[in-house]
Amino acid sequence: MGASSTTNTTTAPGALVSSETPAPRRRRRRTIRSRLANIWPPALVLIAIVVAWEALTSALSVSSTVLPGPALVLEASWQDRANLWPAMWTTTKEAVLGVILATVVAVILAVAIDWSRTVRRSFYPLMVTSQTLPIIVLAPLVVIWFGFGTAPKIGLVALFTFFPVAVGTVQGLASSDPDAMALLRTMGASRLQLLLRVRAPSAIPQMFTGLKVGVTYAYVSAIFAEYVGAEQGLGVYMQASKNAFRTELVFGAILVTTLLTLVLFIAVALLERACMPWRRPTQTEVGW
Amino acid sequence: MSVAADARAASAVARTPGARLEVRALRKSFPTGEGPDLLALDDVTLHAAAGEFIAVIGPSGCGKSTLFHILAGLEDPDGGEVLIGGEVLERRLGACAFMPQRDGLLPWRRTIDNVTIGLSLAGVPREQARARALPLLERFGLGGFERAWPWQLSGGMRHRAAFLRTVLGRPAMLLDEPFGALDGITRSDMQHWLLEVWEEVGSTVVLITHDVAEAVYLADRVYVLSPRPGRVAAELTIDLPRPRTLDLLGSQEFATQEAKLRESLRLHSLS
Repeated sequence: MGASSTTNTTTAPGALVSSETPAPRRRRRRTIRSRLANIWPPALVLIAIVVAWEALTSALSVSSTVLPGPALVLEASWQDRANLWPAMWTTTKEAVLGVILATVVAVILAVAIDWSRTVRRSFYPLMVTSQTLPIIVLAPLVVIWFGFGTAPKIGLVALFTFFPVAVGTVQGLASSDPDAMALLRTMGASRLQLLLRVRAPSAIPQMFTGLKVGVTYAYVSAIFAEYVGAEQGLGVYMQASKNAFRTELVFGAILVTTLLTLVLFIAVALLERACMPWRRPTQTEVGW
Repeated sequence: MSVAADARAASAVARTPGARLEVRALRKSFPTGEGPDLLALDDVTLHAAAGEFIAVIGPSGCGKSTLFHILAGLEDPDGGEVLIGGEVLERRLGACAFMPQRDGLLPWRRTIDNVTIGLSLAGVPREQARARALPLLERFGLGGFERAWPWQLSGGMRHRAAFLRTVLGRPAMLLDEPFGALDGITRSDMQHWLLEVWEEVGSTVVLITHDVAEAVYLADRVYVLSPRPGRVAAELTIDLPRPRTLDLLGSQEFATQEAKLRESLRLHSLS
């Protein structure tokens, strides 16, 4: 990892001198290889754990209601896919829409905070304070107020995701290079132009850092909201499975939740890269 | 390069005839938190005629950068006035093209979009701005790099891009130690090349520098500022023929002028 990034740095300055294509292609290949090198160690650990889990459950003949083995979890979940699939779909919809809502609101608020001292002084402290509220206890209230539908779940996911994105964006906007700002001002740039040409692009990296933290809560918060009261979703599925003493299906739902969160995280990381084509490859490599 | 492109290049450059710059009795002080205010500039009067190349030289902390910030409109003086093109402007921001010590290229803009940023801020459509800058990129040794991101450029190329951005800007250029961060060989190349471009463009240039040889080689006149508070301690006319080439650097006349400036600087830095 360390070695590959230093080689990248040394080739960087003259990268385009000879011709346009070979350098980036070489870089991409190297990135893929180093990423595979990143994936192997945790994959091996995971496989070891799964094997040990399977061996223990069958050797000690633990009841499947207490701790089902991984093979049983996969098999049972697959057989129950007709129920699992719509649950996944409902929860995914809530999680993704919640993240989008949170991002839109967070970015708008962050820009307002950055733009106006009055907004910053009146909203920023409240925003931080709002994070000390146990959002979990809001869930039952949200159900009382807005019922069992999808909308309150989206709102709750957004509440969980909002904070890291907003704080990241505010800090990103504030981290803009003052020299670049001064330079553009000498060119007669207006405040709006400064926001669009300097501050907004400067904020993208930290906005995405916040978003990556935020999306890891998305499914968990959606499932929690469903626990409290919902018609469908992974939360409902887990509860129903537990009540039917189908522990293997609960485990299946947990596995699915983990995978979906991972997919969402990777999607955000890819979006981040697409939004910042100007970044040196060595910087994005460490991204995830 | 085609004839049409050449003509376009010429017109893009020719559109910036020099403007006269003048400051009169400029005074500026900064609050220090506690104690008396720090006087950075005191009664500074100097000018650059239209199309003239002047250098401002002085010890560290003599207020050179403050002078530039005032000229560029980033700060207002406490006393005195600034005239650009013979007028006291309501808003100086946007009147002069400023080249900071660091190149100030925006990482998220390709080279061509970095050099045209002034035009794009002024509302020139992107394609039109690009068409105007494209032939000049070649002239500035950036041919083939128009779509490169700033991190892909070498130090010298970044400077040339920053300078092209300045040239495309306004009829008066403020260069704040533009070559300070470059190695000796690149710096000497860039100085020579700056002269060539300036002789072609004919805009007014004010250059801040620490480097005595640089001031003598480039400027028509040199202002020596005293240590804080900055005052104009001396004004020297550099009596060397133009166009100046690198051969000049070894000549007797050059050595004489350089010695004169060095002496003047020594005299006023000690006082």
